[in-house]
Amino acid sequence: MKKPKNLSRGIEKEIRITLAGAPNVGKSTVFNALTGMRQHTGNWTGKTVESAKGHVVRDNTLFTVTDLPGTYSLASRSAEEEVAKKYIAENRTDVTVVVCDASGLERSLTLALQIIKLSPRCVIFLNLCDEAKRRGIFVDANVLSEKLGVHVVSGAARSRRGIEELIAACREAAESPLVMGEFSEESPEELIKRCGEICRAAVSGRKDEIPSRDRRLDRLFSGKAFAFPVMALLLAFVFWLTLKGANYPSEALWSLFVKIENLLKNALSSFRLSAGAVSFICDGVFRTTAWIVAVMLPPMAIFFPLFTLLEDFGYLPRVAFNLDRVCRACGGCGKQALCMCQGLGCNAVGVTGCRIIDSRRERLCAILTNSFIPCNGRFPALIALISVFFMGSSGSGIFPALIMTSLIALAVGVSFAASKILSATLLKGKPSSFALELPPYRTPKIAQVAVRSVFDRTVFVLGRAVAVAAPAGAVIWLLANIEIGGEPCLTAISSFLDPLGKIMGLDGAILLAFILGIPANEIILPLIIMIYTASGTLPSADDPTLLQKIFSENGWDVTKAVCTMVFFLFHSPCSTTLLTVKKETGSIKYTALSASLPVFAGFILCSAINLISKCAALIF
Amino acid sequence: MNRENSITTLDKLAPGDFAVILSVTADEGMKRRLCDLGFCRGETVSCEMVSPLGDPHAYLIRGALIALRNSDARGISVE
Repeated sequence: MKKPKNLSRGIEKEIRITLAGAPNVGKSTVFNALTGMRQHTGNWTGKTVESAKGHVVRDNTLFTVTDLPGTYSLASRSAEEEVAKKYIAENRTDVTVVVCDASGLERSLTLALQIIKLSPRCVIFLNLCDEAKRRGIFVDANVLSEKLGVHVVSGAARSRRGIEELIAACREAAESPLVMGEFSEESPEELIKRCGEICRAAVSGRKDEIPSRDRRLDRLFSGKAFAFPVMALLLAFVFWLTLKGANYPSEALWSLFVKIENLLKNALSSFRLSAGAVSFICDGVFRTTAWIVAVMLPPMAIFFPLFTLLEDFGYLPRVAFNLDRVCRACGGCGKQALCMCQGLGCNAVGVTGCRIIDSRRERLCAILTNSFIPCNGRFPALIALISVFFMGSSGSGIFPALIMTSLIALAVGVSFAASKILSATLLKGKPSSFALELPPYRTPKIAQVAVRSVFDRTVFVLGRAVAVAAPAGAVIWLLANIEIGGEPCLTAISSFLDPLGKIMGLDGAILLAFILGIPANEIILPLIIMIYTASGTLPSADDPTLLQKIFSENGWDVTKAVCTMVFFLFHSPCSTTLLTVKKETGSIKYTALSASLPVFAGFILCSAINLISKCAALIF
Repeated sequence: MNRENSITTLDKLAPGDFAVILSVTADEGMKRRLCDLGFCRGETVSCEMVSPLGDPHAYLIRGALIALRNSDARGISVE
């Protein structure tokens, strides 16, 4: 690994540190505390699958730190354990730090003992000492160090306690390894027994039972009576907060962008560019990008921090625990329910989240069906359509909220049905065995999580918006302003697609908008308006009276609205999601499948609704 | 509390019951994974909760709460 250039001065020595540890012990937090990098953490096993690298400098020594995926032991079963074992066994490190959970030392020790055997230059970091103290558990680091024959440092990475001591211990370990006696080959049972003995010697105050607070919370989150209502309420709350909270920032951002666009127009005109070129850049590329950022950014900046808070708290594994049976009946596993929840925020994030599923077959099932779940980008359009066509006469929010809930229920239902069909056909196999750890509840550091998550999310969205929206805006502008046979391309193509659209209860303009909207769901509704009005630029699409006028001028009735909403649920995933699927599955075949499945479902459902509606009209 | 002290399988434990593991029957990879988590001969395990839909159960083993499906717990015989 190349040394960062600006650090080469004054560095006399390099020490390579590798971080290992069971899942869910705060290893990534230790990594962040050491290196200052923002690696994503979560109170959830299996978050880190790739290894991350960073560095820290102390006293003219460069410490390069590698964070390995969390593993319970080195007996390879999953991809993570293979990676960890290979890394340590191939001697790519000077010191191995085994991160352990002070309140759950026994299960952390299994890995520690195995690693000490493999690489005697070891340091144990007892993390989460603050949690342990809160629960009345105390670990004697000296006793532990004596029993294991390696340095032991206590601390709490999320408050940076013990980090400096850890770095010092690593230096010591690298420079003067302790000599230990040879442990003979032992069976897994003997290893477990030895862990138990060491723990009994070093740990005091441990009550081998769940603290009552955790028990009460478990009764709330997984108890027969409350589990599902609480889940539904929490989800509804996250939703409501996201949609309500995103309104003002979206409007503010849009106004800001409109101002910038005008400034840009003036500036470019003064450079004597042709009107067409100015329009291309401002109305095409800039406006599309601005729209996507204004609509995409605020909801994601709210939804994902909320989700991360739930994750850090420890609630999400309970969701998998509650829903495992349902998911298994459809050929998946409980963790699929979690990926679906993430898909509500962004399908690309949901697909990446499927990494927590161990079995490849079940992971594919979750990935391929994730796009059935509507993401944040589709909600503004659904809400706009509902408010135009289904606003309750009393003006209250109940009827529209019910429709929204039904739409999501439909999406979830179809997603499960698709999972079941996939498991019976292309992804045949028996349900995997799995063991899910339900971690203790931890108080998340709210401010820290919120700030870090908003920052991460903002960077992600902006990067994606520019990469995807700018070219999309260019293409859309070209199609809107270049003429074929006397009319803009957009109009020509939409007329061509009309017959197919009519079968589905839609029309050519809507179909074309969905096709051009593959880069980002946020532009689909504006595109529909744009094609209808044959305007050369993307309009804003949030004024209900204006929408109503345009819709009635173009033959919209309730059936068409319903079919459009259903197609919003079941159409091709956006380009970012498709690229993510390709990256996660490594297969073009599955990427194509992830695109065609929802479209196929959408086509069938929309055509069916259209047919039923037309028949009903004939009869009544 | 195991009143009868008889031999049964892990999935039959109700919340609050505890037992000692006698043997683990599973395919190789799963058996190893279970052992790493602490489900091996001689260890004490107790059933803590049941999923609202009946499956999986959550077991307390070596201080950690691990959820296992009934189909897998059936392979672990306890006393």
